[in-house]
Amino acid sequence: MDSMGMIIGTWLAGFLTLAILSFLYKDNPFYKLAEHLYVGVSAGYWLIYVAFFDIKPMLIDTFMSETGFEKWIILIPGALGLIMLSRWFPKIAWLSRWPIAFTVGIGAGLGITANLQGYVLPQVQATILPLTGFTVADLSNLILIIGVVTTLMYFYFSKPHKGLLGGGAKIGIVFIMVSFGASFGYTLMARISLLIGRLYFLFHDLLRILD
Amino acid sequence: MENSPRKGFWEAMNSLDRRIIFLILLVCVAVPLLLNVGAPIPPTPPVQLAYDAVESLEAGDVMMVSIDFDATSAPELMPMLHSALRHAFSKDVRVVMLGHIAIGLPLGHMALEEIAAEYDKEYGVDYVDLGYRPGYIAVMIAMGRDISDIFASDYQGTPLAELPVMTGVRSYNDIELLFGFEHGAVIDYWVRYTQARFGQRMTFGTTAVMAPDAYPYLQAGQIEGLVGGLKGAAEYENLIGHLGLGTRGMPAQQWAHLLVIGFIVLGNLGYFFTRRKG
Repeated sequence: MDSMGMIIGTWLAGFLTLAILSFLYKDNPFYKLAEHLYVGVSAGYWLIYVAFFDIKPMLIDTFMSETGFEKWIILIPGALGLIMLSRWFPKIAWLSRWPIAFTVGIGAGLGITANLQGYVLPQVQATILPLTGFTVADLSNLILIIGVVTTLMYFYFSKPHKGLLGGGAKIGIVFIMVSFGASFGYTLMARISLLIGRLYFLFHDLLRILD
Repeated sequence: MENSPRKGFWEAMNSLDRRIIFLILLVCVAVPLLLNVGAPIPPTPPVQLAYDAVESLEAGDVMMVSIDFDATSAPELMPMLHSALRHAFSKDVRVVMLGHIAIGLPLGHMALEEIAAEYDKEYGVDYVDLGYRPGYIAVMIAMGRDISDIFASDYQGTPLAELPVMTGVRSYNDIELLFGFEHGAVIDYWVRYTQARFGQRMTFGTTAVMAPDAYPYLQAGQIEGLVGGLKGAAEYENLIGHLGLGTRGMPAQQWAHLLVIGFIVLGNLGYFFTRRKG
């Protein structure tokens, strides 16, 4: 037996689903209501999460529970966070550049090493493949290597795409198009999956005409 | 020729009201779903590898589950999350859940409670929800040193030291496998910061949109398996022998794909014929 809260929640979700889908016919007040409600609820939800999973445990609780140096060092990120709010006040908005600079500096420092160590080198290594036989795996390796090399040729713009570079670039375009096609196919599957999910909700949870 | 029936037909097709297309698509998706004609989908190698990664775990091992999606991707990722949790609990693997998308974490928690109840698992003993902490990179790197540095308590505020499920779990060294469910760029952070830096074994379930971006990681051996989109979810359901929404949605998926292929062919033919006449 469902609680009254569950029943009301399900009907509300059903109404909002239909309100959003009604945009496919044309823009209307029900769609606008659902859209604005979504934005508002999301923002409120985020605010609660940031307050109770970020500010409270990591700033307030830590400050209250720690002792000595650990207690006071927590005030530095706290102060940087407060300084970010200076953007609301035009006269002192320039102060917000400090925490932004801090964030950008850390992001860049971590990002450079991580991208080299975790992306560039492993991907280059994964492209250096054996071509020693005539198996399906060797054919796959050959296609992969040709794909990487010719795609790189296509993105080399320091010389006109003529001769060997032009030929390689044309082959590269084919690989790029195949990649776009695969992405489009997957995207289509994703969007249809969302529709399936909503229809399943309407049929199963709301109307209860599915097991 | 100007008013020939053939040209009239193609012009009519080219200017077809998009709402008619939406209606046909709705019928194509709704009817197979209502008929409930889903059949098991044979697994592809990336999904089989993801399954094998979980299958390699032993009772008492720890699988970290990362909820990196929200309601906008739930229809694709929830079925595979259910399957992965069923697989882990059926092997008595301890599950440690966390998330990097605050608004989606309750979805993961609901799934965790639902599937744990199916296997009579107890919160705090067999599984735990650590909750959310902001800053993907800071959280990932800190957990490599000490999980309690960043998650001093679970989502309810219970200190980790009081949770038996966390006994002996200090850092990535104590986590046998990470299974992430991704709808965005968090997968890149997991691979580039956690796999590359700490050598953490990991496998992923992604939305179909994200799957092409994740394949290079699989090909390079940086991740062990990949469950892509609703089809991947259906394959995983088949592997664990528990068919769910993934399998159920596949006939609708197939009909919708056929319809779109048909429209693409029609659209191109229409363009070809009307351009020639013009």
